[in-house]
Amino acid sequence: MMRSALAVAVVTLALVALWYVACVPMNVHSALTQAERDGMVVAPEGAAARRDMSAIGLALRNPAVWDETLAQDKPRLPAPHQVAAELWDTVVMKKVTSKRSLVYHGWITLSATLLGFAIGTVAGVALAVGIVHSRAMDMSVMPWAIASQTIPILAIAPMIIVVLNSVGVQGLVPKAIISAYLSFFPVVVGMVKGLRSPDAMQLDQLRTWNASRGQTFRKLRLPASVPYLFASLKIGVAASLVGAIVGELPTGAVRGLGARLLTGSYYGQTVQIWSALFATAILAASLVAIIALLERGTLRRMGMGR
Amino acid sequence: MTLVVAALVLWALAWMLNARLANGPASESRSIRLLVPAIFGLTLLAMWELLVRGLDVPLVILPAPSLIVARMADSLPILWADFVQTFVKGALSGYAIGVTAAFVTAIAVDRSDFLRRGLMPVASFVAALPIVGTAPILVMWYGFDWQSKAAVVVVMVFFPMLVNVTAGLQETTQMQRDQIRTWAATWWQGLWKLRLPAAMPFVFNGLKISSTLALIGAIVAEFFGSPIVGMGFRISTSVGQLALDMVWAEIVVAALAGSAFYGLIALIEARVTFWHPSQRR
Repeated sequence: MMRSALAVAVVTLALVALWYVACVPMNVHSALTQAERDGMVVAPEGAAARRDMSAIGLALRNPAVWDETLAQDKPRLPAPHQVAAELWDTVVMKKVTSKRSLVYHGWITLSATLLGFAIGTVAGVALAVGIVHSRAMDMSVMPWAIASQTIPILAIAPMIIVVLNSVGVQGLVPKAIISAYLSFFPVVVGMVKGLRSPDAMQLDQLRTWNASRGQTFRKLRLPASVPYLFASLKIGVAASLVGAIVGELPTGAVRGLGARLLTGSYYGQTVQIWSALFATAILAASLVAIIALLERGTLRRMGMGR
Repeated sequence: MTLVVAALVLWALAWMLNARLANGPASESRSIRLLVPAIFGLTLLAMWELLVRGLDVPLVILPAPSLIVARMADSLPILWADFVQTFVKGALSGYAIGVTAAFVTAIAVDRSDFLRRGLMPVASFVAALPIVGTAPILVMWYGFDWQSKAAVVVVMVFFPMLVNVTAGLQETTQMQRDQIRTWAATWWQGLWKLRLPAAMPFVFNGLKISSTLALIGAIVAEFFGSPIVGMGFRISTSVGQLALDMVWAEIVVAALAGSAFYGLIALIEARVTFWHPSQRR
């Protein structure tokens, strides 16, 4: 673990350094235009002459503007410190109830995610139990469950939002339904695998103890499925978050992390887009980490800990 | 009202038929295994039609399947143009670039243990993120046309594929690697003859996951800006016009394209990884 920690740190630092280096050619065109307007001498003169030149060539010929490329207002590629500053500003320096606070927007998205995740998990576990215990359900539903994973569900998100809006269901619930759908299938597939994981010897053992189907389910199948459930929950929670964010896009929502992405792209506020993206990333990572912690604790208490 | 009752009766009859088939003597045979989900799917379609007509559901909420099929038949040129723009130009090109780049990176990373241990956690982390959020940024960099959609697909496909190929390259046992060393194989020969074939189950797992992500990426990226053609464009504008039968027609095309793409990869996988336990019938 410690050896990996050093490797991960080195790779992350290298990626951040690469990011800084990439900022210079990405922003050099607009930096040179701005510098020329401010009266600096740039090579070559005139935006028309520079338009078709390669960005790297321009950057190498004008080292004086490198500082400028890392500090623009609306850069093509914001520098890491700009994104970090925006994150700090909107997370820590704003009141949590302010409409400019990323915590506020994050909570809007998170509430839809959690509601959808809960619905999807409960429905998924129920369907998995049905599939394992009824052969008709197994043969008719499972192929469709697997096939539906190849269908781009996110493409239906706009329609679901608009249709539900037109029947008066707005705000949290439509997004939660998309999240529920996205987390539903990983949970079904994982739970079915888990509920079927006890081997023949264990199932026979319970038969010799005269266990009914319900008792076999409660005492053998359900505990055996817990590792598989947690693996699916990790996938499901990430999928729910994506669903909630995509659910905020179609009707031009004004609240939520997806809405921040959208308004940033409408108004050309690139730093806002990047900070919303990083907030989403941090949220996704935190949710998966919380489930991983719950998994370790639960498995340890059940005696399946590693 | 009669239509609603008919729908419920149909459901009950089809369920009884499926129960009879699934628990009967021939339930393991190939034809029954295809027939039962087919009956289930067709029953759902029939119930949809009957319930929508019986309950008089407005067109702007949920169109009946017959209307969707009629709309598809009417709009074949539009559907085809959208399909070419989104799937062929956007998703497929991004898929090819992303998968190749991930493959090459995985082989490069495999040579250095340090690099692998550092990159894998980062790549797994990025693979779990909502990459569709990068769509507005990439549209800003690459413009409205299919290139930005291909770029979104590349980013979405790269990290899951990288994680899978790297995991696959670790799949050989020590004895297998020693064996090929005793035969004086160079690193490249060992890669080509032992480690790549052994990695194929993971590679195909990555390819299958990436195929679904590619289509999702191409469609959702079009929500952020696209020329007046494309499946995502058609869906979002048809939703705005409340022409929901067109939306469903596009969804059917997307579903067919996604399933066909996935099925093709699964077919190639069955040929290439014939030796793997998961391919046993």
